[in-house]
Amino acid sequence: MNLFTTIFVGLKEVWAHKFRSLLTMLGIILGVASLVGMAAIIKGMENGMRETMVAMGGADKVLLEQQEVPSEQEHLADQARGRTMTDVFALRESAPLIRLISPEMEVRNVTLTRGDKMVSPSECVGVWPAVLDMNLHTLQYGRFFTSLDEENANAVCVIGTAIRDELFGSPERVGREIVPLGELIFINSQPFTIVGMFEHYEGEQEKKQREQARKQPQVQAAGPSRARGWGRGNWAFTRKNLTVYMPLNTAWLRFRAAAGQDGVPDPRLSDIDLKVASLEELETGLQQARNVLMSTRRGIEDFNFRTQENQLDTINQQIRNARMSGGIIAAISLLVGGIGIMNIMLASINERIREIGICKAVGATGLAVFTQVLVESVVIALVGALMGVGVSFGFVKVLGQIAPTANSPVITPIAMMVAVAFSAAVGIIAGLFPAVKAAKLDPIQALRYE
Amino acid sequence: MSLVELRNVSKIYRLGEEEIRALDDVSLDIDEGEFISIIGPSGSGKSTLMHILGCLDSPTRGTIKLDGVMIHDASARQLATMRNRKIGFVFQFFNLLPKLSVVQNVELPMIYSGVSGRERRERAMASLEAVGMANRAKHRPSQLSGGQQQRAAIARALVNGPKIVFADEPTGNLDSHTGEAILSLFRKLSTEGRTIVLVTHDPEIAAVTPRRIEIRDGKIAEKVDLTLAGLDRPHVVRSPEDKLAS
Ligand SMILES: Nc1ncnc2c1ncn2[C@@H]1O[C@H](COP(=O)(O)OP(=O)(O)OP(=O)(O)O)[C@@H](O)[C@H]1O
Ligand SMILES: [Mg+2]
Repeated sequence: MNLFTTIFVGLKEVWAHKFRSLLTMLGIILGVASLVGMAAIIKGMENGMRETMVAMGGADKVLLEQQEVPSEQEHLADQARGRTMTDVFALRESAPLIRLISPEMEVRNVTLTRGDKMVSPSECVGVWPAVLDMNLHTLQYGRFFTSLDEENANAVCVIGTAIRDELFGSPERVGREIVPLGELIFINSQPFTIVGMFEHYEGEQEKKQREQARKQPQVQAAGPSRARGWGRGNWAFTRKNLTVYMPLNTAWLRFRAAAGQDGVPDPRLSDIDLKVASLEELETGLQQARNVLMSTRRGIEDFNFRTQENQLDTINQQIRNARMSGGIIAAISLLVGGIGIMNIMLASINERIREIGICKAVGATGLAVFTQVLVESVVIALVGALMGVGVSFGFVKVLGQIAPTANSPVITPIAMMVAVAFSAAVGIIAGLFPAVKAAKLDPIQALRYE
Repeated sequence: MSLVELRNVSKIYRLGEEEIRALDDVSLDIDEGEFISIIGPSGSGKSTLMHILGCLDSPTRGTIKLDGVMIHDASARQLATMRNRKIGFVFQFFNLLPKLSVVQNVELPMIYSGVSGRERRERAMASLEAVGMANRAKHRPSQLSGGQQQRAAIARALVNGPKIVFADEPTGNLDSHTGEAILSLFRKLSTEGRTIVLVTHDPEIAAVTPRRIEIRDGKIAEKVDLTLAGLDRPHVVRSPEDKLAS
């Protein structure tokens, strides 16, 4: 008896008891749907985290973090000065493995105004041009700061698109792209000229949605326009779009020097970011930087390097945990599904004892009967698995509707294959015992069975 | 060499202390082309004998040779193959699979012998033709009369070209008229050269066959061989040795 006929007969048997088969499959359907759905959610999370990472400057960015003075040096705490330009210049001179140094001086409590419109940026910082490479910015319009801007502490700024959206109007609302180069805006009442604007940063998901919306522009025309902001989309992109940059010297002279505590200006930088020439040299590069900083800080180790690698590890750990718990839940429901299949196969064999006897009388071998029962069990499991995959698509869609997030779930072929393979295994295991039982039936007793 | 050689076969069932000898030291030869009836009262061991001859069951003691193959200690797999290729069964209760159509039922033995789809259908139809059931091929067993079901079952028993056909009370569940028709079908098959063993407890039916074997309490009581006598008076043979001697 060839396999094709066996499978065909199995399918027919499943079809003959549609409702019963469906109920039996339910466990598998739910198990597969939860496995695929769970994997999709985790994949979405993963994608979101990756995007966030890139939005924040890529994997090779290293943060020089300020730290408490270690306890054995506590008596020197009053000599710790924090991160200053001295560190930056020293690193630039003496740490050749550090390819990029980007000092940042933040201006706090900033409001941007233009006419009656105002906006609070996510960050308003004085920077060197190195910041472009450091934070992976792309300047789409205008120019960045020149050395002249830096030297003269010119009142110029470069903005993200979200700032433009708030002060000048977004393309969605105005219907065209406004490029406000040369326009005047006020940063805490000081007039600044916009000299450049970044591109609009967004995740894959948002891009897709925006393109879809562009394809059918009239559909939502009557409703309220979709608000831009923190509700939807990856916060990292939203944040990045709300950036305002000015030359470092401008931030120092026009804001910090003018408004120090007790009349003493605060020279401390809010951030120093580093990039090493290559990730292989990360260790040695950072050791070099550490040595340099230990000398500028007179041996006080009040700093620390935070690499994205640490962050990556954390992310991967989180993903692994999520996968693990999701996998366990799905495995349990598949197990329950398998028990259901075994139960129904045992019942079905009991119903068909006489039929099995007849088949044996006309020459069915034990192996043929065994195969038939096993195939039937696997058919139930596989049909259930396919339906489960179908359900998971619906499940993910519904999830996207009721809880829209930036990290919308992504169904992966791998997850589907794993789920189907796992279901097949469940079908085989669940069918094994009933199949052996059926194969061992004595033909005469089976024929006599009422 | 006979088609079937049964030597000192016993089948003993043990129920606790009690020992039931369903067959007690039975020896028997069946030649190719014979039409035999096995007759005896209820519980005498007719079905048991037929099951052992038909490779459905194994004897407790004794040897059986069927078409040159020793089957008394064969594996379950070998027995299944023998049933499939060399033996056809017809049962009292027809034993057709209710979910399959008549022609699918007839195809069943060929599925297990690996005959391909088209040839299967052709041979099944030919077999149904031979029992006059070709026009009911697509029907379900439940849509047929008892006699028609039994014809379909006979078609199934014949479809793999068996060496020998066993029928256990094939008319037991039919009215006398339909029973007659089934019997004459067997007679026709016999004249075509089939080897047929008919189990019955009805002497009238047994009278139809040239050779009769009577069983009582698991033992062969007497054998009546009309072909040897060539007369309507039964010729009594006491044992296989006698038969061989004559
Ligand atoms: N599985 C079994 N366990 C115990 N005893 C059995 C078993 N099968 C048959 N027997 C006994 O063996 C004897 C012969 O049974 P068998 O079925 O061969 O009789 P039979 O001649 O076919 O009777 P009938 O005409 O009623 O069909 C009976 O006494 C029966 O009780
Ligand atoms: Mg009987």
